[in-house]
Amino acid sequence: MKTPVVLLTGYLGSGKTTLLARLLAHPDMGETAVIVNELGEAAIDHHLLRRVDERTVVLGNGCVCCTLRGDLADELRDLLSRRDRGEIPGFGRVVVETTGLADPAPILYTLLTDPVARHHFELERVVTTVDAQHGLRGEESVKQAAVADRLVVTKIDLADPDPVERELRRLNPGAEIVEAEQGDVSPHELFDGVERDPRELVYDETPTHDHEVRALCLTLHEQVDWTAFGIWLTMLLQARGTDVLRVKGLLDVGAEGPLLINGVQHVVHPPEHLPSWPDADRRSRIVFIGRGFTDEELERSLSAFNRAASAW
Amino acid sequence: MCVLCGVLLNEHWAEQEGGRRGRVFRGRLLNRVLEVYGLRLDDWSGRVWVLRDRKGRTAVVADLGAVWIEAERLAGRPLDPLDPELVDALA
Repeated sequence: MKTPVVLLTGYLGSGKTTLLARLLAHPDMGETAVIVNELGEAAIDHHLLRRVDERTVVLGNGCVCCTLRGDLADELRDLLSRRDRGEIPGFGRVVVETTGLADPAPILYTLLTDPVARHHFELERVVTTVDAQHGLRGEESVKQAAVADRLVVTKIDLADPDPVERELRRLNPGAEIVEAEQGDVSPHELFDGVERDPRELVYDETPTHDHEVRALCLTLHEQVDWTAFGIWLTMLLQARGTDVLRVKGLLDVGAEGPLLINGVQHVVHPPEHLPSWPDADRRSRIVFIGRGFTDEELERSLSAFNRAASAW
Repeated sequence: MCVLCGVLLNEHWAEQEGGRRGRVFRGRLLNRVLEVYGLRLDDWSGRVWVLRDRKGRTAVVADLGAVWIEAERLAGRPLDPLDPELVDALA
């Protein structure tokens, strides 16, 4: 059985470390190993996480996503071998806390492609902290929120969280929003529960300018040819990968259950066949979070690829 | 897994199903798209693809992700699936 990995991300000062420290002290958190990326000379995070010091691996200076991706794989391997040798207690989950400026995609890429990491670990969830006082700040901040499965709105004692939560729902309607005061959240709120069905989400259709990141949902009435979809999506990600922050959906490929697709920028999880549909509605639904395209453009293009496949 | 890296670390996510027949079908469908850009793709022993343009330039590509990187290079322009000209050509 693979060990679940939680990626904890969020902009500088958005409360990641406070959240993590509170979580690790929670009696229901279970045995957790933590990999912290340390940016700068003072290992502040390290000291804050002293309670799990033995299992905390502080990476060297720099950004875990861009320059230390190999180190992340090394640290995961090291955790495994130290656990096997009995040098550290067993752990049932790993939390990787990124720097505030980190791009989450390379971390997911490491988990999916490193030969050891992909056989022993699997991404459980991306948790992103967003500060109610400052909201989303800049490109990285938007990207971190777009790829989240759970969004934690922090510092709600300092600012009204409603405006930030409205923005987050528009950007990433698939993610559950959890509010936290002083990092006080139970592990159940972050790690339990199933993902939201993309068909039940509300999408804000208000027109926006081209460069604003937002969520779109495609609903396809015809069955999807998997070969055509693979060709189409790989081509789309090559052409517009920096503008497609997240792709997630259920496809009707003619099987008993849907095919689950899940991608973060260029990094796409292996598609997964689910045993059955949640209800009688078998239409494919794909959520795109990105910018520079409309749902009509996506649908027209995908339909053309799909029809080209069905012509044979 | 990454469409940009083109490194043969794992089987590409979009090529894990269908076996030999699926690969033949994938090649035919890819050529429907690539011909719009003056490119052609041939399967080489069921393991890699050979991409060529009308000037005779070729590129060997390992998987579907790498096809688009090399196709863009040979075509000398971005290959965008949302391009209305391509969409009309496929319709």
